[in-house]
Amino acid sequence: MISDATIAEHGLTADEYQRVLAILGREPNVTELGIFSVMWSEHCSYKSSRVHLRTLPTEGPRVLQGPGENAGAVDIGNGLAAVFKIESHNHPSFIEPYQGAATGVGGIIRDIFTMGARPVALLNSLRFGPLADPRTRQVVAGVVAGIAGYGNSIGIPTVGGEMGFDETYAGNPLVNVFCLGVTEADTLILGQAEGVGNAVYYVGAKTGRDGIHGATMASAEFDETTEEKRPNVQVGDPFMEKLLLEACLEVMETDALVGIQDMGAAGLTCSTCEMGSRGGVGIEIDVAKVPQRETGMNPYEIMLSESQERMLLVVRQGHEAEVEKIFEKWDLHAARIGNVTDDGLLRVCNHGRVVAEIPNRALAEEGPVYNRPTRRPSDLDERKALDLTTLGSSPPAAQVLGWLLASPQIASKRWVYRQYDHMVRTNTIVPAGMGAGVIRVKGTNRALVFSVDGNGRYCLLDPYQGAMLAVAESARNVACAGGMPVGVTNCLNFGNPERPEIMWQFTQCVEGIGDACRALNLPITGGNVSLYNETDGLAIQPTPVIGVVGVVDNATRALGRVFRRDGSTVVLLGQSRAELGGSEYLKLVYQRVAGKLPTLDLVAEHKLQQFLVSAIADGLLESAHDCAEGGTAVTLAECCFESGGIGLEVSLPPVGVDDGMSDELTLAATLFGETASCVVASVAESQAAELLSRAINAGVPARVVGSTGGRRFRLSVDGASAIDCPLDEIERVWAHGLARHFGGGAA
Amino acid sequence: MGKTKFVIIVFPGSNCDHDAHYAITEVLGQEAELVWHKDTDLRGADVVVLPGGFSYGDYLRSGAIARFSPVMRRVAEFANSGGPVLGICNGFQVLLEAGLLPGGMRRNQHLEFICEHVSLRVEHTDTPFTQNASAGQVLRIPIAHGEGNYYAPPETIAELEANRRVIFRYTSPDGTVDEAWNVNGSTSAIAGICNESRNVVGLMPHPERACEHVVGSADGRLVLESVITALDGVTKAG
Repeated sequence: MISDATIAEHGLTADEYQRVLAILGREPNVTELGIFSVMWSEHCSYKSSRVHLRTLPTEGPRVLQGPGENAGAVDIGNGLAAVFKIESHNHPSFIEPYQGAATGVGGIIRDIFTMGARPVALLNSLRFGPLADPRTRQVVAGVVAGIAGYGNSIGIPTVGGEMGFDETYAGNPLVNVFCLGVTEADTLILGQAEGVGNAVYYVGAKTGRDGIHGATMASAEFDETTEEKRPNVQVGDPFMEKLLLEACLEVMETDALVGIQDMGAAGLTCSTCEMGSRGGVGIEIDVAKVPQRETGMNPYEIMLSESQERMLLVVRQGHEAEVEKIFEKWDLHAARIGNVTDDGLLRVCNHGRVVAEIPNRALAEEGPVYNRPTRRPSDLDERKALDLTTLGSSPPAAQVLGWLLASPQIASKRWVYRQYDHMVRTNTIVPAGMGAGVIRVKGTNRALVFSVDGNGRYCLLDPYQGAMLAVAESARNVACAGGMPVGVTNCLNFGNPERPEIMWQFTQCVEGIGDACRALNLPITGGNVSLYNETDGLAIQPTPVIGVVGVVDNATRALGRVFRRDGSTVVLLGQSRAELGGSEYLKLVYQRVAGKLPTLDLVAEHKLQQFLVSAIADGLLESAHDCAEGGTAVTLAECCFESGGIGLEVSLPPVGVDDGMSDELTLAATLFGETASCVVASVAESQAAELLSRAINAGVPARVVGSTGGRRFRLSVDGASAIDCPLDEIERVWAHGLARHFGGGAA
Repeated sequence: MGKTKFVIIVFPGSNCDHDAHYAITEVLGQEAELVWHKDTDLRGADVVVLPGGFSYGDYLRSGAIARFSPVMRRVAEFANSGGPVLGICNGFQVLLEAGLLPGGMRRNQHLEFICEHVSLRVEHTDTPFTQNASAGQVLRIPIAHGEGNYYAPPETIAELEANRRVIFRYTSPDGTVDEAWNVNGSTSAIAGICNESRNVVGLMPHPERACEHVVGSADGRLVLESVITALDGVTKAG
């Protein structure tokens, strides 16, 4: 007899339990209850998000695999596919930063090679509290070291990413990891079981008691007992995963494999029932045959363990010896733990005695689905309202620029990526920190470009618009490197969906992502949702992180952000407007998160991106860099940094002269406003005229604003000098802005 | 002139094996074969490369377990008979653990993994891996390691210096030895050394990652091309 308390401990509601009774036609035993509880957890079932995610565009001519598999895949030409996905490991990374982040990297890598693709690059998107707090610095250092520890060891380059800071992330840091793989387009492998009588194999690390109920933990808020959850966090073993990766790719080259899935959240439970459900078959396993690293584990523990670096394989009859031999070569033991059956059931035995029997579909597909109530936050209008005239006077522009460049949000992330091996595999052709991730695809002329972006502050002020801006920015970053954006993955990080205000943020963001992707012709091939990112009722800023993948046909044309030489012409693409709402400037100078977000004209955005891709393909540009946090002034400075000391002299036209703004505000908006769809590009002087005429033909606003050269950073607005300082002075400020919080090891 | 045959040893956890293979075959047009650590046949190698990575996860000391791999006995025989052997990063650490080169590695001075291009001065050109360089030439080659802080007792360092066995040093871009440019805190800024007979060279930086301008530097070619030149002067197997 299952008590109400036991049901509650498993995170199931009374209604959900009634549903279990209806499906089974009887009471579950505790093992079955555990299996239902993890599969129907928010983390595995997407029960709060599913109805909304269905509205996203997922189709396109290049899409080879959309949502629902271990990862998405798009055609990149040359008969090849890019396989990619982003996933969160937020909750574990707060409890145990190093292992939480490390196992997040391990998990997403498995999702990629499970599809038959060799993982070739990693990115990450991170959010933390303010660095003044020593506990936050400890979390940051741990997360960065964990990502490095795993990625470096397994030999997959971490080529970039993004990082942000806000009070709301102090108790709920975000660790989102993106992985990209490449494989032949016609050899994608699915997580699907087929063929009654085929063998089910377990390979990899032995099962222990670590991570039991990890999926359930990731589906609840944090409170003062959170530290006690440490045993729920798994421990990563990148060496084991390296062996698994190589051995699995070797097995995939044979005809032996029917399907494969990694054991991530909900471990053996999830991999068995999902593979069975996708193939419309049953799976019978005996937990006594599962390799175990602890003694006395019961079926409940074995089924729910989230021990890392484990894979489940379905092998064609008659090929068992071939598969076992490959794993033996890599010193891995492939244990045959069961078979594919025809009854559609997940049947779990222990020494031959049945201990659980549940329809696979009920677990994987027929979980509860909620259309949770939403409510627009009552204080939203108040937050958005911003009377610029009440702000008080702005400090001198040069001082503001210095503050912005020194802020961890904008400062150089070299302290971080220097700890990542961003060069292994010798494909990284735009160095880390120089823009989007760019890796060449050996054996072709092509390169893949990828970026992850999100802005929680924007989404807090206007989730719909903020999410659209995130899609536009991520795709624009890809286009700035010369990549034609071809596919999207997303990681949706939010608070507790049972609160209507949070659910409203979520639905607004999903709508925004959908609308922006439709306008930019970008299919979404998968992603991940992370809810319950709150501590003691304080939710994180709504943070959808958008990963965009693009293709450069001629890899040698791919660009980074920095100026290449003295005497080039600096061109501003796009139309700057007087927009300070939600800006880094307001946050840093006035501690205000307020105002109306920058407008976004998706038609203009699409034109700009197409123009960038074609101009870069024709070798017209020398560099391109998206205007984002900190505005045009920061963008211009970033174009000079790490260029080897190439300064600039630029004169910007003032924005906002027609808007009745004061001169001081006009200056601030011109320098630090974050208007969307703007890019700073450099072009050889001799080609500037051609670039401008092509821009006009393409309907993209473009104007020459100055030239590169000298050792100073000279910026004027409307003819009046606004900032004039030695470049190395501001570069030093920027270089140390983040590192100084960590002992300044990196200069 | 025949191609030089490089054999690249693959330990479980090696992860720069394919990079070395690519640089040798696709960039330099030579022959390369990956040999699994359990093999005991060096397949007629002209040169043996121990690649970078994390053999056995580096869970004990870097390279401490790999030295027991069956293939290492053959590698030692090959080295002792004068065959050129290059240990890169983890491969250097394996050579130290195997006793083919002296000294050991500590964690980097600031305890963080470091991946970046560094300036590397070629100290001596009378090894098969530096003979195409000019003495004092500064190369720009990446490092990527957490345990590259070279250490040996003072008498060993003195012996290495006296016998001109320090082959590479971390320096400033203009070739000056200065603690500010000693990226990981190595004793005497040592980045690479050779054995007494000068045919075995180990270094922490990754020449195989610096063979094409598109990946940031082609200076590493000098190391691999040197051994091709060196072997052109003698009879090659196969």
